[in-house]
Amino acid sequence: MLFLATLVIFTPIATVLFVLIQRGLPEIRWEFLTQMPRMGMRQGGIFPAIVGTFYLVIGTVAIAMPVGIATAIYLSEYAKETRLKRLIEIAIVNLAGVPSVVYGLFGMGLFVLFLHFGSSILSGALTLAMMSLPVIITSSREALSSVPYSFREASLALGATRWQTVKHAVLPHALPGILTGTVLTIARAAGETAPILFTVAAFYLPKLPHSIFDQCMALPYHLYVITTQVPNVRISLQYGTALVLVGLVLGINLIAVLIRAHIRSQKKW
Amino acid sequence: MFAKITIDNLNLYYGSFHALKNVSMLINTNQVTAIIGPSGCGKSTLLRCINRMNEVITNVDVEGSIEIDGEDILAKGVDLRELRRKVGMVFQRPNPFPLSIFDNVAYGPWVHRIRNLKELQRRVEESLQAVGLWDALKDRLDTSALKLSSEQQQRICIARLVAARSEILLMDEPCSALDPIATAKVEELIYELKKEYTIVIVTHNMQQAARISDESGFMLLGELVEFGHTDQLFTTPQDQRTEEYITGRYG
Repeated sequence: MLFLATLVIFTPIATVLFVLIQRGLPEIRWEFLTQMPRMGMRQGGIFPAIVGTFYLVIGTVAIAMPVGIATAIYLSEYAKETRLKRLIEIAIVNLAGVPSVVYGLFGMGLFVLFLHFGSSILSGALTLAMMSLPVIITSSREALSSVPYSFREASLALGATRWQTVKHAVLPHALPGILTGTVLTIARAAGETAPILFTVAAFYLPKLPHSIFDQCMALPYHLYVITTQVPNVRISLQYGTALVLVGLVLGINLIAVLIRAHIRSQKKW
Repeated sequence: MFAKITIDNLNLYYGSFHALKNVSMLINTNQVTAIIGPSGCGKSTLLRCINRMNEVITNVDVEGSIEIDGEDILAKGVDLRELRRKVGMVFQRPNPFPLSIFDNVAYGPWVHRIRNLKELQRRVEESLQAVGLWDALKDRLDTSALKLSSEQQQRICIARLVAARSEILLMDEPCSALDPIATAKVEELIYELKKEYTIVIVTHNMQQAARISDESGFMLLGELVEFGHTDQLFTTPQDQRTEEYITGRYG
């Protein structure tokens, strides 16, 4: 029974990967990964989409990680148990459940139009960061609360300030867990389409962005475009693009798994 | 002999719960003062008033006064960092940081802005010597403190306070996680340390209190029922409740 349930989970994943690899792998050549798309995306490579997604991931990490960790530290280590704190916690939980297309529209309203960042890498990364924040905060708080209370007590009782206690007695031991959660969240953000749809993604832009105020192509949106918006694109090109996207996400997840394995081997208490 | 700590009419409330009721006591320099009583009688709460660690977790209301060396430590604007450096605490379960032995002992001075490596090394050696660990550990100061036995860990925790130059050691059932042999060794250490320090120890082990303390207090339901010389308290208690407790009619 339990084995069957496991099989039900495993089969679709294995099938998807199998189909992707079988149909997409012939397309994965050096030129495919490093060239601009040509002929209305029917020929050439997906280089700008890979670079665009790479920039978006970097931008999302740069924004969401410091803000998320700072929020988690504040909520776990500083904030007193007040009604306001409860309210913030409920808001964070609910934000995690907001559909990604809503983030996309909100990002367009706030960053693209109101703040005049235009359709740009900055707007896209900010939108993806907003979407990632609730999960980063939640997983960081879990990592913080897994650090034994006695470390804090010992530190405070020696006359350390709260900040010294967080910095020396708590954070170093929570950091691996925080990193794992963050990386997993970022992997999800890399594959999202809706949040970047209105905030950054270019339909067809066969050149690389020069600054964070430029538009760029991105893998998930490019995949959507060549599968539904452009007629007569080779099937193998579509599968190849999907394979690169899945490979990228799995690659980022692998980093998280490695970090976690590293923690386990170093687990000190 | 003079009083290091003067506790006067101390009342403490957790919300509406009256946890300490009119507690007054004098704690003498270079003595071991034991506080005994059944679980939940407020003895740990009393201990945590002396370094104001009660305030860390919950909101508490405290009335009355505690003076250390004539200074009211409950007053507004007291430097809590300095207070807690001076009044160190040893916990029920040994709680070394998951750091090296050296870093554990040097943590106190380090957070008090002593960053000179020579000075830190000096303090670590002196502190480990004070708790009788130097000869055993001097060649492996960079191994994790968590690899040590519970008894050694508890000694490390005491060494941390020595390195921070604490003057008062508050011990909250420091031997309850140790086996009898380790307990005997830590008790010996406590006896040694009282030459230099003022020690307040909370214990539910009455034999331990009788063995190591000069003065003892018996607490019940937030009240300090009786306080006096340990010999007297254990042989000729004045209060009937004390007698009932030490003869084993409670708990």
